[in-house]
Amino acid sequence: MEWLTLTIDGREVSVPKGTTVLDACRMNNIPIPTLCHAPELTSAGACRLCVVQIEGMRNLPPSCVTQAAQGMKVETQNPKVRQARKTILELLVANHPLDCMTCQKMGDCSLAEYAYDYGVTGEIYQGEKRCLPIDDSNPFILRDPNKCILCGKCIKACTEIQGKSILDFSFRGFDTQVGPAFNLPYKESDCDFCGSCVSVCPVGALTEKQMVGKGRPWEVSKVQTTCPFCGVGCNFDLNVKDGKVIGVTSNPEAPVNGKALCVKGRFGMDMIYSDNRVTTPLIRKNGELVPADWDEALDLVASKLGEIKKTYGPNSIAALSSAHCTNEENYLMQKFMRAVIGTNNIDHCART
Amino acid sequence: MAENQRILVCAGTGCASSGALPIIDILKEEIKRQGLEETVKVVGTGCQGFCEKGPTLVIEPQHILYTRVTKEDVQEIISQELIKGERVERLLLIDQTTQKPVSLMSDINFFSKQHRIVLHNCGVIDPQKITDYTERDGYKGIQKALKEMSPEEVMEEVKKSGLRGRGGAGFPTGLKWGFCRQTPSDKKYIICNADEGDPGAFMDRSVLEGDPHSVIEGMLIGAYAIGADEGYVYCRAEYPLAIKHLEIAIKQAEEAGYLGDNILGSGFSFRLNVFAGAGAFVCGEETALMASIEGKRGMPRVRPPFPAVSGLWGKPTNINNVETWSNIPHILRNGAEWYTQFGTEKSKGTKIFALTGKVNNTGLVEVPMGTTLREIIFDIGDGIQGGKKFKAVQIGGPSGGCLPEDMLDLAVDYDTLTQAGAMVGSGGLVIMDETTCMVDIARYFLNFSKKESCGKCTPCREGTTRMYEILDRITKGEGKEEDLDTLENLAYTIKETSLCGLGQFAPSPILATLKYFRHEYEAHIHDHKCPAHNCTALLSYTIDTEKCKMCSLCAKNCPTNCISGDKKTNTPYVIDEDKCIKCGTCMEKCKFGAISRA
Repeated sequence: MEWLTLTIDGREVSVPKGTTVLDACRMNNIPIPTLCHAPELTSAGACRLCVVQIEGMRNLPPSCVTQAAQGMKVETQNPKVRQARKTILELLVANHPLDCMTCQKMGDCSLAEYAYDYGVTGEIYQGEKRCLPIDDSNPFILRDPNKCILCGKCIKACTEIQGKSILDFSFRGFDTQVGPAFNLPYKESDCDFCGSCVSVCPVGALTEKQMVGKGRPWEVSKVQTTCPFCGVGCNFDLNVKDGKVIGVTSNPEAPVNGKALCVKGRFGMDMIYSDNRVTTPLIRKNGELVPADWDEALDLVASKLGEIKKTYGPNSIAALSSAHCTNEENYLMQKFMRAVIGTNNIDHCART
Repeated sequence: MAENQRILVCAGTGCASSGALPIIDILKEEIKRQGLEETVKVVGTGCQGFCEKGPTLVIEPQHILYTRVTKEDVQEIISQELIKGERVERLLLIDQTTQKPVSLMSDINFFSKQHRIVLHNCGVIDPQKITDYTERDGYKGIQKALKEMSPEEVMEEVKKSGLRGRGGAGFPTGLKWGFCRQTPSDKKYIICNADEGDPGAFMDRSVLEGDPHSVIEGMLIGAYAIGADEGYVYCRAEYPLAIKHLEIAIKQAEEAGYLGDNILGSGFSFRLNVFAGAGAFVCGEETALMASIEGKRGMPRVRPPFPAVSGLWGKPTNINNVETWSNIPHILRNGAEWYTQFGTEKSKGTKIFALTGKVNNTGLVEVPMGTTLREIIFDIGDGIQGGKKFKAVQIGGPSGGCLPEDMLDLAVDYDTLTQAGAMVGSGGLVIMDETTCMVDIARYFLNFSKKESCGKCTPCREGTTRMYEILDRITKGEGKEEDLDTLENLAYTIKETSLCGLGQFAPSPILATLKYFRHEYEAHIHDHKCPAHNCTALLSYTIDTEKCKMCSLCAKNCPTNCISGDKKTNTPYVIDEDKCIKCGTCMEKCKFGAISRA
């Protein structure tokens, strides 16, 4: 691999060829604020918050889309750069609701974090402010376009990761919005509610509806787990407050799926505390399902299966396994059918 | 009566909208009726350039110009001019200096001081006839290229000519072609950017309307040099006549074998498509333009990769604008050396300017690079309307800047203008007189930029609106002490951090007016006065009771009935400031000069 040496804030650093200035900085623990950048998405270079000064280059180039070059001299914190970033933040905050106290994103909001860092109040450029209706049409995603900073990450997540292209920009300039075609509510669009858009939103424009009001980031512990809905093995974080799961968020480090999840994994957690949940085996006695313990239930199944096999032969029994089970459980199921029962009558709901 | 006369009637969009088309029909009818059709031909041409005086028509071979012609004038022109050979004096142009009528184009500064290369066919030929183009050496450039030159030689010729992109930035054309040529690919595109959007600029429209084959020929030559086999003309949909003429021209060129497979037996093939834009100024930016052709939202993307490496549908693409392409056939036909005799050391050739605003002769003018602003405005443009004082000229549309009177002797070329804080841009020249408020002008251009911002990058999307709001406040007399600092800081940030040219140059009108007309901003903020008496919120009208004869004319004409007084009771006339809408009618109507404005 070819390596390049460049100077960042007077420090010489070496990075592999093909590295952006932003990555070169982050690899060397030099902080650069970003709003529209996400490693898993193509870079738009749109928020302009990551601007730096590079010797010999016109204007202030955005580091996320500028390739590092041999001998490049980069300044990331000089007054000119910081002033430009501050002005950009002032512009964003001036057109952003300041209801942080009740905003679900508080404590995890990139805009708030940088505004704090750069001493931004949003007072300088007071003028027209957006006043758009909130999309509350579905049970999963709460969309507040007034909080949207138009970074475009949700659009890219929908297009590049989910392949759905439900979202895009509409209108121009100050009136620009993000939303489904014709600005329809999510519910009326072709959205699958995978929530990838929510997982990349840096502000409170897209939030998990079921978590609203349930807990602040600092009250929540994140427990990484594997999704129980199918055999893919997606990982995510259960958000647990006071011993109770309040929702699911993406874990960017998830080895199988990254930030991507499906609607079941991300929003299907309500089954944990559902009244309809079956928590013990049930045996039908006199036409009614009666709770039983595992020994009794297993004994019954074993004796009945044995009886059937003996009377009608192994091919009179078939099993249908579930995507809800893990790979290992599915393996055991087919092994049991083939080796114990002695039939190939085994199928699976996700087999196509 | 002269033999073989031609009557060239301007049928460009400007003259057509002032009634040129019925004139052509009636002329043809009358000439036929009078049996003159053998000796007199009527030609509907593209823009002749003298839009202010339109509809215009020219009698050839003498080159007699008639202005502001109406269909009622047709009879007189035929009986007087064509049959008797005498001028119809009332339709001739009046020279502003001598106040006498002038008939010959060579005696009119507006024409005689121009040097027309790109416009050489505009207003002279029928743009809907390929033979009119070929009779004036049309398609000889591509013939020469295909028969006598290799693609490399063509590129070298363009490089040697020193031609720079006429779209605004002035990048050397030959060099640009070279980048695209060097990129290996099985498919390459060339594009003609005809998404002309600057307020007041219409040279690209006029070239497409009046001489579409020159653009096609330029693109053919470019495609041959670059190695492209397909091209697009991206034309704004607001130019229906340009699109119509271009489509006719493409069809004719295909029939004549200039477009299609194996052109002129050379083995070189090229196809040309027309794509109508959907009405966004930002689509003049090349990456947004390509996104638009691809059916995506017209938004610029970051560069690199440059279009020469990855352009339309990911293929190497070269984009030039209409005027640039239209220069190419002339360079090939006459040679680079011929071309370099025009212009300055670093800006070769000519440039078309659209002269508008408070100038006597508005219209399209083509002059060699290096011509001074003074020559353009005062010689060709014949000075300021109504004998008023010149104040400033806005060059380069919303991305350019306003230059004051002491810069009138600036030689117009890419580098000089950029240094002065303006830019050649598309070549719009908006002339302003002493009644123009420079804060209000900056506000006007910012209003344009903010409406046309695509919304992608933060500084342009949010910043142009905030700059507009501050300017709006200042023109209303609500400016704050700190506004100028805020405005300047914002302007520099937007300039240095925006994604594309629209954002980067959106603050230019503010920065240039702050540089040259700061005192006007200060007068608005500190004294609550508009020195140009333009910003209505800052005006106040008062009646001088000494001069007032109590005739009541002002009160009768006041649309809001805010003037009261009574001669019988000797109650002096006064203006109720709260009700006054500052329309100025009272002052206009007063015969005694008793009403003053401050």
